[in-house]
Amino acid sequence: MAVSTLRVSVWRGTESGHLQTFEVPRLESQTVLDVVTHIQRSLDPTLSYRFACRVGMCGSCAMTVNGRARWTCRTHVSEVMRGEALEVRPLSNLPVIKDLVTDMTPFFDKWAQARGSFQGATTRRDDFARVSPETPERRLADAGIECIGCGVCYSSCDVVAWNADYLGPAALNRAWTLVNDVRDTDRRSRLAAVAGDAGCHACHTHMSCTERCPKKLSPTASIAGLKRAAMMAALKGELGDE
Amino acid sequence: MSEGKLSVSSQVLLWTLQRASAAVLAVCVVVHLITMIYAVRNGLSAAEILGRTRGNFVWFAFYAVFVLAVSVHAPIGLRSVLVETFTWRGRGLDWTVFAIGIVLAFLGFRALWAVFL
Repeated sequence: MAVSTLRVSVWRGTESGHLQTFEVPRLESQTVLDVVTHIQRSLDPTLSYRFACRVGMCGSCAMTVNGRARWTCRTHVSEVMRGEALEVRPLSNLPVIKDLVTDMTPFFDKWAQARGSFQGATTRRDDFARVSPETPERRLADAGIECIGCGVCYSSCDVVAWNADYLGPAALNRAWTLVNDVRDTDRRSRLAAVAGDAGCHACHTHMSCTERCPKKLSPTASIAGLKRAAMMAALKGELGDE
Repeated sequence: MSEGKLSVSSQVLLWTLQRASAAVLAVCVVVHLITMIYAVRNGLSAAEILGRTRGNFVWFAFYAVFVLAVSVHAPIGLRSVLVETFTWRGRGLDWTVFAIGIVLAFLGFRALWAVFL
């Protein structure tokens, strides 16, 4: 291995703060999360960061690594290193609580605003709904369903940075999966909730969300679907205001 | 609907109008550019150009559509730019861009009238 020690700059503080540099031993197959964990366990126990599963399932460990939002548990240092240097900051577009920990409240509040929860018409006493995975609606829903809520797309989105009301790629992607769920009964009010200046129609199709999504989803495609569906609803006069 | 804010369906209709007017503009701009290049390369004088436009309902209709498309497209796009750049929202913004649309339409039709009559 060419480099035996990494120079790692880590954000310390809240909204205002500074970068603190640590020297971390370079190991084979080392992830960015391994690096941050080493700093906290061996060099400075006051460093705050967030993680849970370490295997790319929970969506807790996203941070800004060398200027790009990434899931740190599945990002190898070798993929992102610039020379010997590594810079780790908290996610953009979210308030910083401390060091690498952001307040995800605005992110998840927007999922709720986008009516991101399933609304069904049946009870536990009814039979299972039979939905063929081959139907066009189910294929569209399946294309976006694997979101782990890591916030990488939200942090990477220019429109979120410009317009604080914008719901963001993850919430809109979630809404699109529900719009295509034939069992869901809340389609009309969901389309009204996600349309307009703070919703899908504000998207500029920069596609940063799609490029950076660690699960290789395309929120851009979901947002384009919502734009069409909401436009058709508005033209038919079916887009009620909330 | 909150006070001073366009309804969601109106916001979506504005978006739809902007996309539709963009499609019209794409055709209009191409025809306009070809016409301009033809006029310049063939050395047409102002009098010769006016000779072709005066009383010509086809050119009048074409440029009337062009002016209308601009008057719809530009204010809606400007509205988005102002929202994102200055976080300006509400009735004041909507009336301002509406007024800009009216001014664009007035200037465009005045110019069109001048070469038609």
